Amino acid sequence: MTTEQTFGFAPASTDAITDALVSFLTQRLKTEVAPDQELFKSGLVSSMFAMELVVHLEASYDIAIIGPELKLDNFRTIRAMTSLVERLREVEGLGAEGTGEDG
Amino acid sequence: MANDYAAHRLAIVGAGVMGTNIATLAVGHGVPVVLVDLSDDVLSLARAAIAQKLRHAQLMGALPPDRPRGELVTSVSLGDAADATAVIEAVVEVPETKAKVLAEISALVRPGTTLISNTSCIPVDELATWVTHADKLAGVHFMNPPYLIKMVEVIRGARTSDATLESVSSLLAVLGRDGLVIEDSAGFVINRLLHPLINSAAMLVQEGIASAEVVDGLLEGCLGHPTGPLRTADLIGLDNLVDSLNVLYERREDESCRPCELLLSKVRAGDLGQKTGRGFYSYGKVVL
Repeated sequence: MTTEQTFGFAPASTDAITDALVSFLTQRLKTEVAPDQELFKSGLVSSMFAMELVVHLEASYDIAIIGPELKLDNFRTIRAMTSLVERLREVEGLGAEGTGEDG
Repeated sequence: MANDYAAHRLAIVGAGVMGTNIATLAVGHGVPVVLVDLSDDVLSLARAAIAQKLRHAQLMGALPPDRPRGELVTSVSLGDAADATAVIEAVVEVPETKAKVLAEISALVRPGTTLISNTSCIPVDELATWVTHADKLAGVHFMNPPYLIKMVEVIRGARTSDATLESVSSLLAVLGRDGLVIEDSAGFVINRLLHPLINSAAMLVQEGIASAEVVDGLLEGCLGHPTGPLRTADLIGLDNLVDSLNVLYERREDESCRPCELLLSKVRAGDLGQKTGRGFYSYGKVVL
């Protein structure tokens, strides 16, 4: 999947990242998911699906989740995933001020 | 010793779901691995899969943080397994294939090498017929994925020696797994219980009694099954499940082990479970 394809539906503002994740998880889990909802404690998300979340975030936001950032704490809630995306995009010079459009 | 990871050199034959999962477990625990399969294409996919599975294991906090990763070598030549301290056979659950592979491995390793079959149903003593030193062969039934599930079923064949069981135990300690030892029997403990359960669950869906979600939901909610039998089937791989059910049915003549039509039709359609993105459930993108 290319970044040109993904940036179109994965813009980079905090609210947009959160909304996109709410939509993705609601669709994949077939149930409404709130931004602060614990995904693992509630049993909503399995360990196998956790890896799908990693791959989804990397493909959608052009980031690499590696080293100490590759830990379950960063995926416990949609809010935590949004923070992770913002943090890594900042490190990679794709910060929140960007539109997410691939010019 | 549980920390003596450098003393082990593991060869794994078969780079399918279980072979790559066991390789992930070993490499993640510092043990060097030679992974053997028939083609470079399969091995190329296996290397990518293992890299991703290592990330999965790290994500879940399942790897010891203080060990360097073991070296992974892939090869199409069984000869590269010759100087391993232990060889794990993880090829398809088809007796003729396992017999051929075990005979070849047995002929080329040093006499003291521990041989392990990851068979899920074929009795260990049946497999021991094909090796030169039957006392060196034991069964270790890893659960899927072995890098997340600590418990394994260890099978003592009629001819398995105590020294071989000790060697298996030492390897499992390095890999951070706990083993419970049982005597030999087609399907052992886990799959004599699990496979008929999965087959019956699939039959309930086939008969229109309940959907896969409802069958799994009842087993999870009422009996505390962690994933439900049909989601478990998708994780195992429906083709492997059918092979194993055939082995059980042929040896035990238990009708509950005759693969039901719904399972067979999914295999014919290529809907093999999580590894193909669809089985009883749809999984979106294949990531592991």
